[in-house]
Amino acid sequence: MSAGAARGFAHTLESAGAWLLGLLWLLPLVFAFWTAFHPGEYSTHFVLDAPLTLDNFARAWAAAPFARYFVNTLMLVTMVLAVQLVLVTLAGYAFARFEFPGRGVLFALVLVQLMVMPDVLIVENYRTMAALGLKDTIVAIGLPYMASAFGIFLLRQTFKTVPRELDEAARIEGCSPLGVLWRVYVPLARPVYLAYALVSVSFHWNNFLWPLIITNSVEARPLTVGLQVFSSTDQGIDWSIINAATLLSTAPLLVAFLLFQRQFVQSFMRAGIR
Amino acid sequence: MTRTTQWLYGWLLLLPAAVLLAAFTHYPAVATLWHSFRSTPRGARPAVWVGVDNYAQLGADPIFWQALSNNLWYALGTIPASIALSLLMAIWVNGRIAGRGFLRLAYFTPTVLPMIAVANIWLFFYTPEYGLLEKLLAPFGIAAHNWLGSKSTALPCLMVVTVWKEAGFFMIFYLAALQSLSSRLAEAAAIEGASRWYFFRRITFPLLMPTTLFVLVNAVINAFRMVDHIVVMTRGGPDNATALLLYYIYEIGFRFWDTGYAAALTMVLLAILGGAALAQFWFVERKVHYQ
Repeated sequence: MSAGAARGFAHTLESAGAWLLGLLWLLPLVFAFWTAFHPGEYSTHFVLDAPLTLDNFARAWAAAPFARYFVNTLMLVTMVLAVQLVLVTLAGYAFARFEFPGRGVLFALVLVQLMVMPDVLIVENYRTMAALGLKDTIVAIGLPYMASAFGIFLLRQTFKTVPRELDEAARIEGCSPLGVLWRVYVPLARPVYLAYALVSVSFHWNNFLWPLIITNSVEARPLTVGLQVFSSTDQGIDWSIINAATLLSTAPLLVAFLLFQRQFVQSFMRAGIR
Repeated sequence: MTRTTQWLYGWLLLLPAAVLLAAFTHYPAVATLWHSFRSTPRGARPAVWVGVDNYAQLGADPIFWQALSNNLWYALGTIPASIALSLLMAIWVNGRIAGRGFLRLAYFTPTVLPMIAVANIWLFFYTPEYGLLEKLLAPFGIAAHNWLGSKSTALPCLMVVTVWKEAGFFMIFYLAALQSLSSRLAEAAAIEGASRWYFFRRITFPLLMPTTLFVLVNAVINAFRMVDHIVVMTRGGPDNATALLLYYIYEIGFRFWDTGYAAALTMVLLAILGGAALAQFWFVERKVHYQ
């Protein structure tokens, strides 16, 4: 066998491996789709002529207040993102472009949150929420995450790359520091904001343990917790319905991901490199 | 702008974020330490100072030690596997493979889905008798087995879910790093007649070191932070075989409402995360050159 043929063979083998892994990776999802769109008796009976049905979705939707859960999750992710964008922009600007005593120490204190995330401080944060009278509210789910160290770090890095000359030119034109931030820095950081927004929304759409602890009622529960309550209470083992509910609650994110695949991947990349 | 206005602007811009960070990250971390030295208030009895009693309880608690060792095995089982797989995936979808757009999508999709939803799907996958895994294995004559219900297989089953969920996420970072590497290097190596494996071992992998470190830190944090799938799939069972540290904290704190003991457990978790942070700084100083 010549060297070229050997390389060709190796390439084919690698392609086969890559595809095998890809199919293996999709298998659980394909399986979930299969059970959700077919009647229960076909859930592990794979025949091509199995009848398609939307019945599982209808029954799941009727069995639990998913509409309310959707509204809760939507309110949660928009509220968290809106507050995050403001706080993170202001703090990132301060760290990138202002000289003040304690800047180094304060920045180090911000970075602490990258390691000690609110996810592990559940017991104390629960105590705080109880003291503030915020237990079982959507605000309480979002509050610990609103000052995001990751976001502050990301925007500080971005703002530092803005040429000082632009900043100074705007100042000479008579812009205040906040005016400069709004007219010069924010527009230049637009792709970073998009990246951050996608990461933030998918994180909070998916977050589970803290919302599970702090919420207790249909009015405050996000989708993830609602799904868990739904599938753990006596549904028997009607997997078709549970899988339908599972797909239902991830559908908006999944559809958004499939539509804006490139932006998603690039956003996660951009957010990760810095 | 005078120096004092600079100061004032800096502090005021920082203030809102600082207040929230202090209230929900720094204060709870310190309060955890304080509460770990106090008893749990019960009924009319308020919390009192108990010294290191909670820590003594922790030392004598077999479930704590099991959760800790479970967590270490879990970290050991998931981190190298997901990093190796993610690197492999990144190299594949960065190369000239047919359908790489589709493959990238396939690898990355688990990342976007909530762990809780994914856990539901995998739960069915593992279900005895009805589950897909049983159906797939039956033709090979492998006897029915309660995958999540037996002590020896439950934790490895959860590890598989974690690797499946995380590899695509880490792939993205490697992909970004690979795309920033100059293609001249590969061309030069090809002219010199270097094999692909040699090139990977001597050039690509060392150049990817900062990314590997970043991914490693993320993987370590996730190994101690993510317990959603445990809540759905096993609830720490059977017989605590899948209890991870944070899940045990959750049980002690919110099922038994033993907040003093939960605080001591949280301190252990914080110490582990702090150790990871220090190791990272130490490593960055010595081994890895950013920019």
